Amino acid sequence: MADPILTLSHLSKSFGALKATDDVSLTLHPGEIHALIGPNGAGKSTLIGQISGRIAPDSGTIIFKGRDITRMSVAQRARLGLGRSFQISSLIPEYSARRNVMLALQARQGHSFRVLRPVMRERGLLDPALAMLKRVGLDGRASVPSAELSHGERRLLEIAVALALEPACFLLDEPMAGLGTEGVGTLIDFLRGLKSEAPILLVEHDMDAVFALADRISVLVYGQIIASGTVDEIRNDPRVREAYLGEETP
Amino acid sequence: MTLALIFEQLLNGLQFGLMLFLMSAGLTLVFGVMGLINLAHGSLYMIGAFFCAVAAGATGNFWLGLAAGMAAAAAAGALIEMLVIRRLYDRDHLDQVLATFALILILSEATKMVFGPFPLYLNAPPILSGTVNLGLVDYPLYRLALIGFGLLVALGLWLLIARTRLGIRIRAGENDREMIAALGVNIRALYTVVFALGAALAGMAGALVGAVQAVQVGMGEPVLILAFVVIVIGGIGSIRGAMVGALLVGVIDTMGRFLLPRAFAVFLDASQASGIGAALASMLIYLLMALVLVLRPKGLFPLHA
Amino acid sequence: MRDTHREYALNTVLALGLLLVPLWALWADEPFTITMFTRIAILALAGLGLNLVLGLGGMVSFGHAVFFGLGGYCAGILAQHAFNGAPILGLPGTNQMLIIWPVAMLVSGLLAAVIGVLSLRTEGVFFIMITLAFAQMVYYFAISWPAYGGEDGLPIYVRNQFPGLNTMRPLHLFLICWGVLMLALGLFAMVRASRFGAALMAIRQNPDRVAAVGIEPFGIKLAAFILSGMITGLAGALMADLSRFTSPSMMAWTMSGELIIIIILGGTGRLFGPVAGAAILVGFEVTFGGLTEHWKLWLGLVLLGAVLFARGGLIGLIAGRERLG
Repeated sequence: MADPILTLSHLSKSFGALKATDDVSLTLHPGEIHALIGPNGAGKSTLIGQISGRIAPDSGTIIFKGRDITRMSVAQRARLGLGRSFQISSLIPEYSARRNVMLALQARQGHSFRVLRPVMRERGLLDPALAMLKRVGLDGRASVPSAELSHGERRLLEIAVALALEPACFLLDEPMAGLGTEGVGTLIDFLRGLKSEAPILLVEHDMDAVFALADRISVLVYGQIIASGTVDEIRNDPRVREAYLGEETP
Repeated sequence: MTLALIFEQLLNGLQFGLMLFLMSAGLTLVFGVMGLINLAHGSLYMIGAFFCAVAAGATGNFWLGLAAGMAAAAAAGALIEMLVIRRLYDRDHLDQVLATFALILILSEATKMVFGPFPLYLNAPPILSGTVNLGLVDYPLYRLALIGFGLLVALGLWLLIARTRLGIRIRAGENDREMIAALGVNIRALYTVVFALGAALAGMAGALVGAVQAVQVGMGEPVLILAFVVIVIGGIGSIRGAMVGALLVGVIDTMGRFLLPRAFAVFLDASQASGIGAALASMLIYLLMALVLVLRPKGLFPLHA
Repeated sequence: MRDTHREYALNTVLALGLLLVPLWALWADEPFTITMFTRIAILALAGLGLNLVLGLGGMVSFGHAVFFGLGGYCAGILAQHAFNGAPILGLPGTNQMLIIWPVAMLVSGLLAAVIGVLSLRTEGVFFIMITLAFAQMVYYFAISWPAYGGEDGLPIYVRNQFPGLNTMRPLHLFLICWGVLMLALGLFAMVRASRFGAALMAIRQNPDRVAAVGIEPFGIKLAAFILSGMITGLAGALMADLSRFTSPSMMAWTMSGELIIIIILGGTGRLFGPVAGAAILVGFEVTFGGLTEHWKLWLGLVLLGAVLFARGGLIGLIAGRERLG
């Protein structure tokens, strides 16, 4: 297999006596969807926070595209190509869908201190933003403030924003949350096409979606990765059934 | 001689710090429990001083005046909490700043209308007049009493918060607002009580300080801003932080004003030294605050570590 | 969009009204009205500076009066040195506005950089209190520093000069201030529409998201804070010339409060918000100040009412909520 794009080695983070992340190591390789699952309170959010740079780990390292990013800020990581969508839909509420994507494009191009030209006349931002919206099927809603979009539309807009950053990998935090069956189906198809562009680290509650999409699955329980493997391996792992699926103990 | 002077200034700093603590305690409590930034806290200090001066003047008894000042401040606090402040808990800090700034304008003008535009004077109680010999210096008894008073109130506040049912609720409110609701505590009443308690402390400080300074409109705001410095240094929401911050600010400010002009006099001529020394001394506590912020952006005792 | 048209119309009325009333006042021989409108223009300019950080960037600076006062002191100190011929830092003083303004903006910008670097590390209430405290620090320094008048302030005996105009004539001084205000409004509109403005307004709404797409909020906020300080400093230099006097009270914390009030009454983040707000505040003071000595009580009640029940200020009231596109 090719070299991993993202490597976590022996990451640990405690809050007081609580070990939220306990010696976690995992990798993300080009072309794959690596799903991270675990029951509530397993430490998924804390782990994602450390990867994206919001939370500083107590120990361990994060290597991204061969560089140690453990001590970098959120914005620095984003500029290196770590694309993230938030768990709680978080866009710029008063900006239209198009402006939300344009902001990401502007960040990608790296010229946020320009003051002379009106942003709404910059073809270099307007056109690609519309193209991104078209890819996720939101081009008809381009001028609607993101706060007025439906929940599903906001999810798609999140993806469009992540796409605009042309990231080297996607960090998707529960993209299916709050979507109806139909929305989930559309998003599964979309993500399946996306992984050839950049690998995806997927944190998701929807088990059907995970089993349909993931190439590899890691199971996080009490801050530790208790199992890691293919869909079938995880499905049949007795420890996972006990710790995570919980209901039956064979 | 110099030692005696330094000792006296230290006591002055301690006294100043403890009065600042009375102001800061309410401010930090209100922020910690309700998440509210209250600029009108200085007005409550002023109200305490005015009512104390008038009541003490009318009855000839300082202690009755002090009680009247605290009661008036607490009542004013409860009233504005119910009429205005209550509507601000869910608002952003900008709205809180503006609304409480408006309250300052209203309360200052109202005070002027009720008590007239001229300063009032309040005498320390006769029993506390004169000085007391502390070995090194003869120190004004009233100022010494302020130190004792401040320490006593701090102890009382600590007992209140650590040992009583109200204290448990206050601490719960600081940690988790939903939780106290879940425990069935009447939050509205709790908030009013906490606000009135903070107001009473501010009123007490105003009344006590009123006997060493003029009682006038606008007396609250300089103290208010110092109290902000105190709670930023101490960590907003932390009573312990307010105590440490208040003592730091009180002592450093007093000692700076005393020592800096003398220090500069060593290598500058007298008038220049006193000018530069005084200017720098007036900036000292703000520099302290900047230093604390650089090292610990959430203050010395952050509420949520 | 209808609301947008209404805002354009209102802006035009404000810009032209601000110009035409003083012209009428010259004809009617009402110099006091000209001076009043000059004050409105200068306060609007100071508010416009604050509007950049507070309105666009969501940073509630409660210490902006410090830049206002500092700009005033720049004008006063340079004029004093020009008057008595003594050099300052090895350079001669000056009574030329076109030199004083850049100096005032530079000095204010430098102070804004220092305050910004220290206080933009914090957010929310901390930021409010820290900006207030830094302003107080400079305020007390101005009071206790005896060289330039200390607490008594510093008079400007003869107004500083502007090429081709006689600044001692009220209308000339007004036209200077109006012109500067219009230029600043143009700058504000340009900044707001730009990439920089897009990032700044996004930071107000969701700083985490802005960082997540790779823009460091700190740099954007600091740049806005510095620009803002420079504009408010320029307004201070003009105010010192209008009143021919600079004093620590220009940087008192109540002045910082008034600048915020100007923005809120006019409409936060709106281009002409500070103009509308300054007009309301000065108009209120002149109208009610003549009726009762307790006019501040009524100002407090109006402000309280505006905060509790009428968010969006005058421009929001007339032109509805803003659409950022």
